[in-house]
Amino acid sequence: MAELKINLDRCVGCGLCVSSCPAGALSMADKKARVDPDTCVLCGLCLGSCRFGAISIEKDHGGAADRDSYRDIWVFCEQRSGAVLDVGLELIAKARELAERRGCRVAALLLGRQVAHAAHSLIAAGADTVYLCEDAQLGHNLELPYAEVITRLIRSHRPEILLFGATAFGRSLAPRVAARVQTGLTADCTELDIDPDTGLLLQTRPAFGGNLMATIHTQIFRPQMATVRPGVLPAPTPDLTRTGEIVPVAPPEGLFDAVVLLEEVLTPPAASIADAEIIVAAGRGIDGHKNMALVEELAELLGGAVGCSRAVVDIGWAEYRHQIGQTGLAVSPKLLIACGISGSIQFLAGIGGAQKVVAINTDPEAPIFGVADYKIVGDCVEVLSALIARIKADRGL
Amino acid sequence: MRIAVCIKQVPSTNEVRMDPVTHTIVRDARQSVTNPFDSYAIELAVQLGQKLNAETWGISMGIPATERLLRDACARGLDKAMLLTDRAFAGADTLATAYTLSLGIGYMGGADLVLCGRMAVDGDTAQIGPELAEHLGIPHVTDVCEVIEATPTKLVVRRLIEGGTQRLTVRLPALLTVAKDINQPRMPSIAGVRYGLEAPFVALGAAELGADPAHIGLAGSPTQVVRTYVPERGGEAIALEGDAATLAERLLEIIEEVSGHGRA
Ligand SMILES: Cc1cc2nc3c(=O)[nH]c(=O)nc-3n(C[C@H](O)[C@H](O)[C@H](O)COP(=O)(O)OP(=O)(O)OC[C@H]3O[C@@H](n4cnc5c(N)ncnc54)[C@H](O)[C@@H]3O)c2cc1C
Ligand SMILES: Nc1ncnc2c1ncn2[C@@H]1O[C@H](COP(=O)(O)O)[C@@H](O)[C@H]1O
Repeated sequence: MAELKINLDRCVGCGLCVSSCPAGALSMADKKARVDPDTCVLCGLCLGSCRFGAISIEKDHGGAADRDSYRDIWVFCEQRSGAVLDVGLELIAKARELAERRGCRVAALLLGRQVAHAAHSLIAAGADTVYLCEDAQLGHNLELPYAEVITRLIRSHRPEILLFGATAFGRSLAPRVAARVQTGLTADCTELDIDPDTGLLLQTRPAFGGNLMATIHTQIFRPQMATVRPGVLPAPTPDLTRTGEIVPVAPPEGLFDAVVLLEEVLTPPAASIADAEIIVAAGRGIDGHKNMALVEELAELLGGAVGCSRAVVDIGWAEYRHQIGQTGLAVSPKLLIACGISGSIQFLAGIGGAQKVVAINTDPEAPIFGVADYKIVGDCVEVLSALIARIKADRGL
Repeated sequence: MRIAVCIKQVPSTNEVRMDPVTHTIVRDARQSVTNPFDSYAIELAVQLGQKLNAETWGISMGIPATERLLRDACARGLDKAMLLTDRAFAGADTLATAYTLSLGIGYMGGADLVLCGRMAVDGDTAQIGPELAEHLGIPHVTDVCEVIEATPTKLVVRRLIEGGTQRLTVRLPALLTVAKDINQPRMPSIAGVRYGLEAPFVALGAAELGADPAHIGLAGSPTQVVRTYVPERGGEAIALEGDAATLAERLLEIIEEVSGHGRA
């Protein structure tokens, strides 16, 4: 059975690991760290806390027997009504970069009813190969026929890495595929990299709950799978001179009628904060529903949008569609004004694309100041009110 | 007919939350709670259980103390509970967790409907539902926000997608993951609390489930954390100081600089 090991020769008894443990399984005894194996959940969060390399996890191995036969990086490119979503292109560009390092090729998976016309845009974004599967059963984004085609392709072509956009459909389809081929899947990565020593995909995401980043790998199972939220990675500039091959793939085998789409209701796309150039964002420090009106008013005066942290959504001061972060939207405005936001890792995961950040917070130690271009240590309500008054005065309102 | 609800114990955050019933702010200490999304799944199971005359089970993989949350779920109306607990389960990622839960559901004799929360607020992968459905060999629908029709063989549901919803029929057996606001989770009644204390409860380990050691816990988990770190911050921020009017003035300059480039 796998266990957490503490190398007592290396342990200096500093106790840093004790505070890193979310399960309370680590303690100090005789000036050395000690683990309670019944409480330890082997999450691995303590590994990074030890500066002396005294903590390790020993694991019994299983996994894909012939993993050297797996090659290439694949990207599932979701489309709606024949239009490929941007996240697919963002992922192809990333895959291209990883493939240069890994010395392999990039393939895009394009499935749908009539989608062949989109294949060239995937090649222009960086794909060498497009696996194209067209069939009426793929006309709607339904998991079972998609999973059938993708697993069949994985089994016959053995990709080393397979990436999905973390859309509603991607987050539903990818785990289905991962479980069918029995491999690992890391959700909502914010960074992907290739380990120069092992060649493994390094999948980085905010750590489970803590204010930390965790790098995860899939050592011995294949393919290595990850999802990435839309907007987290930069979009590629298409290179229309690139060439690639388009490989037709046989349609889904079988009739998939356990889940049938009856109707799709799409509300006309409301302006999403993902596209806003200026965002005024509120955190719990805005201190009250009524002060949200200030945030809205400023956003409106600036022709921008309202964003917020998850704490604000949880309390009920704003709707989920305004939430920025790991479980909200990734935004890339020219200017983000963060009012009363502490700057948790999960929040920061959504603002990597912001060009300028102004942070207003009463706590001079707030982590948000670490990523801000301008900092104001002070009451955000006061500053917002003054700014609104000033703009209105300027405009004679 | 049997309905199983997957319930995860998560650390309660220090965040303030609204109590859905009293609409007051609850500030709870660091203590384990039922994953908030699972409360909606529990309520849905209770409602559908009554409507379809089905037996309802809560199931969790977790530490022994999770029994308290499972009994609380019975106090809210579930009939029975099953806890999968064993040191050999430690370190399970989503694949190993889904496998283990599938064994528990098999042990109950299978389920016609399996309900999960949309995601767990601690790990937040939203992967267990689809992976569990795959292990059980049944279809799944994620992010269900409404059950429009329910019969013992088929459901009509609405699911959330980006920018809208879909209405779907789902043949049973199937698994649904449940979005927030699908219902108003009930508080336990006094009789319910009493029932919860004595509700049929079973705790099972790896051996009783007949688990393949290569598929559970850390050994059965393809993914592993290799490093954790606090990300490096960018350069120093420029401090803006002064009274509110001065700050407003400076901010306006920054805004004008930015929009100057922006406006076409
Ligand atoms: C799995 C998971 C996913 C998550 N996903 C997200 C996500 O997508 N997005 C997200 O935002 N969070 C997310 N979170 C939550 C995140 O960890 C934080 O809890 C959250 O971002 C905190 O929000 P906040 O900064 O508004 O509140 P707090 O952390 O409470 O910070 C409030 C800040 O306001 C300051 N303040 C108080 N009064 C004033 C005042 N008058 N003027 C100015 N400043 C003031 C305080 O100094 C403090 O820094 C996630 C958490 C988990 C576990
Ligand atoms: N250990 C567990 N025991 C029971 N159910 C779980 C467990 N982990 C996750 N789940 C279920 O899966 C859902 C999604 O969790 P996750 O994939 O971790 O975000 C949760 O809302 C639960 O319904």
